Amino acid sequence: MLRFKLPPLFLLLAALLFSNLAMATPSDAKVAGFAGADYWNVVKQGDQGSTQAQGQEAGQLINVAGEEWRLWRNQWVTPAGAYAIGGTLAILAIFYLIVGQKKLDAPRSGELIERWKRLDRANHWTVAILFIILAVSGLSLLYGKFFLRDVLGDSLWANYIMLCKLAHNYLGPLFVLGLLFMIVRWMKHNIFNGTDIVWFLKGGGIVGKAHPSAGYMNGGEKIWFWLLTIVGLVVCASGLVMDFQNFGQDRETMQIANLLHGVGSLILIVGSFGHIYIGTLGTEGALEGMKTGYVDETWAKQHHDLWYEEVKNGNDKSSS
Amino acid sequence: MARMKFLCDSKRCIECNGCVTACKNENDVEWGIQRRRVVTINDGEPGETSISVACMHCSDAPCMAVCPTDCFYQTDDGIVLHNKDLCIGCGYCLYACPFGAPQFPSDAAFGERGKMDKCTFCAGGPEEDNSPEEKAKYGANRIAEGKLPMCAEMCSTKALLAGDANEVSDIFRERVIYRGHNDGAWSMSEEELAYDATQQKV
Repeated sequence: MLRFKLPPLFLLLAALLFSNLAMATPSDAKVAGFAGADYWNVVKQGDQGSTQAQGQEAGQLINVAGEEWRLWRNQWVTPAGAYAIGGTLAILAIFYLIVGQKKLDAPRSGELIERWKRLDRANHWTVAILFIILAVSGLSLLYGKFFLRDVLGDSLWANYIMLCKLAHNYLGPLFVLGLLFMIVRWMKHNIFNGTDIVWFLKGGGIVGKAHPSAGYMNGGEKIWFWLLTIVGLVVCASGLVMDFQNFGQDRETMQIANLLHGVGSLILIVGSFGHIYIGTLGTEGALEGMKTGYVDETWAKQHHDLWYEEVKNGNDKSSS
Repeated sequence: MARMKFLCDSKRCIECNGCVTACKNENDVEWGIQRRRVVTINDGEPGETSISVACMHCSDAPCMAVCPTDCFYQTDDGIVLHNKDLCIGCGYCLYACPFGAPQFPSDAAFGERGKMDKCTFCAGGPEEDNSPEEKAKYGANRIAEGKLPMCAEMCSTKALLAGDANEVSDIFRERVIYRGHNDGAWSMSEEELAYDATQQKV
């Protein structure tokens, strides 16, 4: 009896096994065949269908990445940028009120040393003015709608924000050129060396009477240079990707470019506050160098002693 | 208050593109822009499905949330409209929209896209109802005349439904029941394919 019972049992097992396999393996055919939940999951992942419409990505029914971009942009980048900007301005204001301006230790000698050539200054101010225009227009595009529309009224707001977009899109590529020129021209001054380590350890002499040694560029200036180089190039590249959409970048590329551009720009804007503060209000005599090209010997001795000695010894490498 | 929605019954859509043509014609849509399109998945293969898609007038619209000029607004009926006078053509709405609804007339360098255009649910724009200015910028305003969007009205198989979300879902639910799907036409499984002829509509 047992001999007769075994084969059907085996067959039953085999059939069960086979049916399980059959349910698992040709799932693709089933996905296509019955337009079930799996089918729509595939569509949701951005599967392209066919369509008579000729627009870009017209065959894509759903692109869920846009919602993710929206969350990143609206719930992280926008508030974080606002806190960073507000916080930096507050810290600088408090710092100025408590510590005040870094004065010259000795009276001006009246002897001037050339620090920046005409081309350096032209380059600096071109990039600086473009940076400010791009920062103001960019911040307006990110934050303007929260208050400026109410302040200006619809008609003025429409014109202002259109101007922001045009300025941003047409001046942006010029900024790229200016920044690239600056990076190439100034890189040789900004290689980190042992002096900078000591300079950083002493906090740059920002507070108190300490004056750590520095060459043509001090450690802080070098950090700003490399921040502008690395983050700046990311901002430039992502900006160009968004500015020249005529090459047909898809939506996901634009979403990533937009996030990189926003985060990078906000970092640079915050950094620029520090740079502008130290270069104007924060340090007596610092702006003169970039304004006239010449600095007072007293200032040079105090802030860039190693460079001052090089100039005095007649082997100034910076002006070559 | 009604909440306006589109719904395309994928079991009825036959990819005739009648809705696309109706929309183009009714709204005098600019050359190069197509507010509505029909997408066919698995074209020519088993399981072919067509769906007509345009702006879905989201309740929580991503385009509205990311617009830098705040040019979008939602009517009391839940229709998402925009003000072309405020639009700067930055393209953010297009990046955010899951359905690729926002369209631009131009695609030139330096982000020169022109003013965004999209489905208005045949409800025009912020200008005075059915004024020449509104007509030129946004096309028809059938809602102001008490009519529904032209695409859905012209649909030959009544696959594309437009109107109050409650009405639309009632119609669809009824179809689902009498077509014999337990789970709705959106997610059919093998067993549910069988049509129960004994269940007659009363």
